[in-house]
Amino acid sequence: MSSPEVVFAGTNGGTLTRLEDYEAVGGLGALRRARAMSPDEVIEELNASGLRGRGGAFFPTGRKWSFVPKPDQVPKPHYLVVNADESEPGTFKDREIMLRVPLRFLEGCLIAAHAIESKHVFVYIRGEYEREFEVLVDALEQLRARDLLGDVTIVVHRGAGAYICGEETALLESLEGKRGQPRTKPPFPAIAGLYASPTAVNNVESIATVPPILELGGAEYATLGVENSTGTRVFSLSGNVVRPGNYELPHGFPLRDLINEVGGGIAGGHTLKAVIPGGSSTPILTAAEVERATLDFDSLTALGTAIGSAAVIVLDDRCCMVQLGVRVSQFYEHESCGKCTPCRVGTRWLTQILQKIEGGRGTQGDLDLLLDVAERINGKCLCPLGDSDAIAVVSYVDKFREEFQAHVDGGGCPLHGGSSLDGVLAPVEVHERHVHAHGLGRIHTPLEVLA
Amino acid sequence: MATDTFYDRVQELRAEYPDPRSAVMPALQLAQAEHGGWLSEEAFREVADALDVTPAFCLSIASFYDMFRLERPGRHMIEVCSNVSCAVRGAQQVVRAFERELGLETGGTSDDGEFTLRTVECIGGCGWATVVAVNNRHRLNVQAADVPGIVEELRREQP
Ligand SMILES: Cc1cc2nc3c(=O)[nH]c(=O)nc-3n(C[C@H](O)[C@H](O)[C@H](O)COP(=O)(O)O)c2cc1C
Ligand code: SF4
Ligand code: FES
Repeated sequence: MSSPEVVFAGTNGGTLTRLEDYEAVGGLGALRRARAMSPDEVIEELNASGLRGRGGAFFPTGRKWSFVPKPDQVPKPHYLVVNADESEPGTFKDREIMLRVPLRFLEGCLIAAHAIESKHVFVYIRGEYEREFEVLVDALEQLRARDLLGDVTIVVHRGAGAYICGEETALLESLEGKRGQPRTKPPFPAIAGLYASPTAVNNVESIATVPPILELGGAEYATLGVENSTGTRVFSLSGNVVRPGNYELPHGFPLRDLINEVGGGIAGGHTLKAVIPGGSSTPILTAAEVERATLDFDSLTALGTAIGSAAVIVLDDRCCMVQLGVRVSQFYEHESCGKCTPCRVGTRWLTQILQKIEGGRGTQGDLDLLLDVAERINGKCLCPLGDSDAIAVVSYVDKFREEFQAHVDGGGCPLHGGSSLDGVLAPVEVHERHVHAHGLGRIHTPLEVLA
Repeated sequence: MATDTFYDRVQELRAEYPDPRSAVMPALQLAQAEHGGWLSEEAFREVADALDVTPAFCLSIASFYDMFRLERPGRHMIEVCSNVSCAVRGAQQVVRAFERELGLETGGTSDDGEFTLRTVECIGGCGWATVVAVNNRHRLNVQAADVPGIVEELRREQP
């Protein structure tokens, strides 16, 4: 399957970590071009490319940059903050971008800084990415040694393990040295972001796509992909496929082909049951829906889900949907920052009702209660984290209702211990056990409190 | 002398940011690395002194993030990803194998202080399941059968 590589262009499946090698394939040409252009001309090129954010929200990048006021309008330092916190379950693309094309990524940072007239770039990288941090720092040193940074400083700042810091305002709080809790919007970061100054926050892949856009020209880039979803995307394919991995493909690529041709099909002679198409926050697709889906904004939106972080999680026939709900909900419960009640309390409720159903103790009323709690979370949270849990869980119930019903009717899992998620031990459970063991008090379940 | 060096290095970190508070996390990371992988009261005091903030403020930051340890961990930290993509490919079996091999319950530290075993949320290697972070370095495609070898290798490593 020949498909154009843009982000990984010139790598030949390997890495481009040395400046000479990167320049040998045309690296830094885009930076020179950009620096000869005015900031507005760079933004125009981005607008023409149709590039939309690769972090999850799919917001047009050029438009985001145009919201940052000009320095004479707001005479404060301007900041570019790159979101390298990559923590959405299923997503592992930014990591590979930083490892394989760190210089293209940094070149993108410098172009973006030029476009928003910023002299200060912060790259917020998740703390677990130790090697990626080292590779970035090394690439940065190479650029510095050749005086290519100009008057721009780039600081690589390490996170310390908190999914919520991927949310842009929580990230800014964290970068300011506070607990990573989201801010209310407005004001938006473009107006009052880092240190209350004008700030653009962009994802690693968005930024790494900027140099190729300037090389190709925005209009040419826009010929890749499909309407409303131009260009290529690095898809993280994981789960029960023969060849999981990151694959750069044009938007609009059929989901079925990603699984069967690129990914080699379902592993171990099993059959496809469901796919989570854009990271664990996005609603699930049934095998039948997978047949119709293409990997772009419009197709996935029409199917009631989202392209999100382009993390495609493939689940085979052994996956119990109630257990999936438990595990996904445990994640959001664990990562809730605690700032607002529907999320802090609601995610815990969802987990525990699901655990009750999964354990065969659920009643018809619990199934109704589950959906009721989800409704009380969705749309009532300060940031999308709480909503994500509710939306994901409701999608499992909607699409696999009979499986939830079977748990209630049959007093347990119809897969009888044969589920691929059997026995999974989430960090929240380990934490609770620890709290118990140290006599730090009993954490009552909401269901117990009610009883 | 050691504290002098620490103080100086924190000042370098501080110089990277417009606001010294932004250096609290990097300074805590440095302190944790230098204090055997966790943050003791003394570590908090050192960070606080170097950045003109209170130890309590530093604790409020540290307690928010999973990677800061408030209790002394084992010399080797083993963290097995238990999120969906790893779980559907057998992360549970990897966890059980570590429990057996180390004689430990997940969440615990061995009596000799050598090993801590935990499960963690997705660490960004889902296509290479199961991912196990050993002292923050990621091992990819780990299967239960690989576990005895990993433990053996770590046991042989000199402190
Ligand atoms: C709970 C939550 C977690 C997020 N995690 C990430 C992340 O890990 N990486 C990322 O780039 N964006 C993440 N986002 C999206 C960011 O808030 C933001 O939209 C993005 O970084 C903007 O960059 P882009 O426009 O280039 O996509 C997250 C959003 C939410 C609500
Ligand atoms: S929705 Fe959850 S994570 Fe987001 S601000 Fe509220 S409590 Fe925090
Ligand atoms: S699910 Fe294990 S690394 Fe992402």
